[in-house]
Amino acid sequence: MIGKSRIGNLFLTLLTWFVIILFSFPFVWMVLASFKNQAQIMSTHNIFWFKPTGDNYVQVFGQYAFLKFIWNSLVVAVGSTIGALILGLPAAYAIARYQLHRLGSIVLIARIIPGITFLIPWFILFSNLRLVDTYTALILSHMLVGLPFVIWIMISYFESLPQEIEESGLIDGSSKLGVFLRIVLPISGAGIVSSSLLSLIFSWNNFMFSLILAGDKTKTLPLAVFNFLSYAEVNWGGLMAASCIITLPVLLIALIAQRYITGGLAAGAVKG
Amino acid sequence: MSYRWLDRNLKWVFTLPSVIFVVLMMAFPIFYTIWISFHEWSMSSVVAPKWVGGENYATLFKDARFWNSVEVTVVFTLSTVVLQTVLGVAVALLFFRKIRGKSIARTLMLLPMVATPVAMGLVWQLIYEPTIGSANELLKMFGLKPMDWLASPSQAMMSLVIIDVWEWTPMIALIVMAGLATLPSEPYEAADVDGANGFQKFRYITLPLLIPTILAAGLLRLIDSLKTFDIIYATTQGGPNYASETLNLYGYVLGFQYFKLGLASALIVVFFLIVFSLILAVLGIRKRMEGLHR
Repeated sequence: MIGKSRIGNLFLTLLTWFVIILFSFPFVWMVLASFKNQAQIMSTHNIFWFKPTGDNYVQVFGQYAFLKFIWNSLVVAVGSTIGALILGLPAAYAIARYQLHRLGSIVLIARIIPGITFLIPWFILFSNLRLVDTYTALILSHMLVGLPFVIWIMISYFESLPQEIEESGLIDGSSKLGVFLRIVLPISGAGIVSSSLLSLIFSWNNFMFSLILAGDKTKTLPLAVFNFLSYAEVNWGGLMAASCIITLPVLLIALIAQRYITGGLAAGAVKG
Repeated sequence: MSYRWLDRNLKWVFTLPSVIFVVLMMAFPIFYTIWISFHEWSMSSVVAPKWVGGENYATLFKDARFWNSVEVTVVFTLSTVVLQTVLGVAVALLFFRKIRGKSIARTLMLLPMVATPVAMGLVWQLIYEPTIGSANELLKMFGLKPMDWLASPSQAMMSLVIIDVWEWTPMIALIVMAGLATLPSEPYEAADVDGANGFQKFRYITLPLLIPTILAAGLLRLIDSLKTFDIIYATTQGGPNYASETLNLYGYVLGFQYFKLGLASALIVVFFLIVFSLILAVLGIRKRMEGLHR
């Protein structure tokens, strides 16, 4: 659009790749450092040429109960996503079909309110119910992260579906619930995938809610990785290995399902 | 029979579970926070919350550390949102051209914003590490003096802004790219006939048409930038010397390190009001701008 000449085009292409390298750099650095020993990290020579070691990973899984943390994060992410779908799908459908816009904007408030607002009341509530350090408390809190994604993505998805399909179902004698379960949901796969992935990713990444509601039994990955810092000497190799393990699943999802995630992330803005 | 009842009340049956959930998990905490902000309590099970009226708010407004956190929040939010918006639009225009490997480029841009913030905070700590970090290696390559980055009260804010800009510029870029894809081609054809150059086309066609998209993306970032917690807590924890202590961080410290629940809640209420009035202001500006371009 801007440069028509060859040199201009070459310059812009180079600039594009420079930007990409700049944005990818922290990931490259993380992966490289996770395969270095402490001495190699401390030395600023031979940054890219070194003898890789898997010791950091062995240590992370051996010394710290990392598999347990992975399991905890997985249970909470999957549990809260399923919960958000069960609550959010019917709600989004009703909001789209009966034009309950006010209800829709109340859900948007959940996206706006600073998470810290919930911390004190939740902590007191869940302490009184003796639910701190249980999956229940974590799943419920993470559902508040996933629910706005599900509802907002699905409202616009349901609105875009042609109503004729549903009407023909009703004429065939199906109940409205039947139409929703047997006709609408099966053709909403793309929207459901998009909102589920975002709900999973943001639950997996969530730190603040786990910080107060998780304990020794339910510690999730972000918390576990963060706690590594408090050990006396900063073990950079171990930290980077742990960071690689925690980000790898998210990055894989992003690489495989890029289209769904981009669409979902932008949904809030287009509607906003 | 029961099906017919269900059909007639589907609207309520479908929304009620979500409404109950939102009331319990969202509305209750908001009212509880407001209530406790008028009390003094240290989360003790023996001593009940004591009514103190507006005392917490008075204490807060006299607290220098509170005003510092307001300033830190404003500086952090404004600089990140402005930088991300400008860079995001630039990146979107750059990436929108026909280049080889466009889809790989887009996927790579997605990574900073989906990667776990706490882990990224740790990675950036290594990058910023004054003696072994690559940030200082880069400065040395250009013959510049090494810096202290996160460890220095005067540079911590800038270092955090860089992390946040790295993390969220792609978000603006992706939204603007989606907006670019929907632009009509006729104005550009007419401009070509009139002999407009690239910059003129950008200034008089692309930019005005994109304004609503850019504002929406910026608003989304404003909301999230105000609430930034993870990367700050995972790197500086508000330090050094409170240089990066945002309202969010100070509220957390008051509540869960000092156990001054009343004071923390008062701060959260004020924070909440700031967030809401800012959003309303931006929505107002957006309406006006859209009116101008119609």
